[in-house]
Amino acid sequence: MTATTTAPETAARRTTRPAAIRRRLRLPFSGWHALLAPLALLFAVPLIWLLVSSVMSNAEINRFPPALWPSGIDLGGYRYVLGNAMFPRWLLNSAIVSAVAVTSNLVFGALGGYAFARMRFRGSRTLLVLMLATMAVPFQLTMIPTFLVMKKLGLIDTLGALIVPSLVTPFAVFLLRQFFLSLPRELEEAAWIDGCSRLRVLCSIVLPLARPALATVAVLTFLTTWNDLTWPLIAINHDTQYTLQLGLTTFQGQHHTRWSAVMAGNVLTVLPVLVAFLFAQKAFIRSVTSSGLKG
Amino acid sequence: MPSLPRPLTLPPDPAGRRALRRRRRGETATAWAFVFPAVLVILGLSVLPVIWSLLLSFQANDLVTPSRWVGLDNYRALSQDPNFSQAVRNTLLYTLLYVPLSIVIGLALALALNRRIRFVGLYRTLFFVPFVISATAQGVLFSFILDPDFGAANSVLHHLGISPQGFLTDSSQALFVLVAITLWSGTGLCTVIYLAALQDVEQSLIEAARLDGAGRWHLLRHVTLPALTPVSVFLLLWQTIQSLQVFDLVYVTTKGGPLGSTTVIVYFIWEQAFKNFTAGYGAAAAYVLALALFAVGAVLRVTRGRSLRTKAAA
Repeated sequence: MTATTTAPETAARRTTRPAAIRRRLRLPFSGWHALLAPLALLFAVPLIWLLVSSVMSNAEINRFPPALWPSGIDLGGYRYVLGNAMFPRWLLNSAIVSAVAVTSNLVFGALGGYAFARMRFRGSRTLLVLMLATMAVPFQLTMIPTFLVMKKLGLIDTLGALIVPSLVTPFAVFLLRQFFLSLPRELEEAAWIDGCSRLRVLCSIVLPLARPALATVAVLTFLTTWNDLTWPLIAINHDTQYTLQLGLTTFQGQHHTRWSAVMAGNVLTVLPVLVAFLFAQKAFIRSVTSSGLKG
Repeated sequence: MPSLPRPLTLPPDPAGRRALRRRRRGETATAWAFVFPAVLVILGLSVLPVIWSLLLSFQANDLVTPSRWVGLDNYRALSQDPNFSQAVRNTLLYTLLYVPLSIVIGLALALALNRRIRFVGLYRTLFFVPFVISATAQGVLFSFILDPDFGAANSVLHHLGISPQGFLTDSSQALFVLVAITLWSGTGLCTVIYLAALQDVEQSLIEAARLDGAGRWHLLRHVTLPALTPVSVFLLLWQTIQSLQVFDLVYVTTKGGPLGSTTVIVYFIWEQAFKNFTAGYGAAAAYVLALALFAVGAVLRVTRGRSLRTKAAA
């Protein structure tokens, strides 16, 4: 930490740092760190262990007591999951389902949200209330009939069964509607008077202003579809159609003694979300807190 | 940001207004086209299933052959099923432990982080990051860490001279271990939400109380905590609803075992519907859960309304 570096050295480095970081480093070093640092470490240890054990050899894990630190980096686990197992296929399936869900939630959420915010049509009130009410319906209540509907549609055991129920959520529609309502009307009215269609107005005026709300919808849709296990478990039987979450838990059940491979698979499952989180941390935290505080 | 179009700065011309009104009347078709996909998916896969579920709960259904009408038999059987009452007990114990602990620890961490010190952003990231990790990945990771034979936890205990523990394989520990895992991943949510709310607490209020000679504890007890009440109520509702619905973590780690000690309500529903193929029975259990969730929501709505009213009165 900075306490160990000499004064002129830090000063020299400081001049090259951006202003925001410099300001932060000038903050006092407080006694609270004695409490916060160990706690933060406690939260980080399981994840560190995930990473460490994924590069350990099976011999190191399987002896007693198991090693707590690897003697070297062994990529056997990664080679195993990427070579022998179906992880690449599952990664692709998860990516397809999440990408379609995010895109369609943005498109249909924006269309629906805009209509409910700005257009008057017969039955809009009733529909909105009904839609709002479905947000309170727990998934467990709908999962059995949804399974039967998907079976009737012939979608069970295909990615379609995973995609269709997540095409658009009432949450996306409602969140975007609320955001559109908060925008000033005048801009849109003006474009409308000039003869733009509703779709033009939505795409070229409203959506560019709604970026934060769209980001929230994208982040939360990605998180829930990527991380879901319950619905894939119900709708998918064949391992070529597994998502990563379903594949990971099945893989663990079948390879109980190959822990390093299981952990390598686990790293691959977690990595896309972690990378997305680290890159868009502000959007993630804002999404969670804004939906929380207003909920 | 697009530049403001010209008509905005001019008084609206009446002909344009009239044309606008005419177009507005003619746009029902456009509006329906806009909402159609959302309405189809949401009504078709939410409203219809809610009704279907209710019908199913009065039927015997194996997901394959046509179902048979059995009246209230499913509900009657449910009330006498020892497995279901155990599932309810397990779920309630899990909820009663997890919800208050996550909120209290989350609040404590938020209060500790709500000051101008170094690395606050880093701490917040570390506390929050487990929240974005799927329950599946958490379950697989902790099955490994807590594995009685190959796990790091017992290895550490061995080095400390403590006898190895069963953790998730011990029926007297498993549920508590699940609570601990969920605390690891779920506390960060409370911390982050409380931190955001703490930024909104009126600084003038705190200054005024400080001038009146309020100590740290009084400040917390009489200024900060009351200001946080709406957020606390929201978190209580949210965390309760989440933990009454816990499933993924249980499926991945214990599959309801050992000896049914971690069978929670949703696991029971899943087992009945998709493992034993008694979908009607599962639907009845799902309705019981849904009513419980609805009751939680209603109670909190009333409390929230009351707290808002007292706030308005004050």
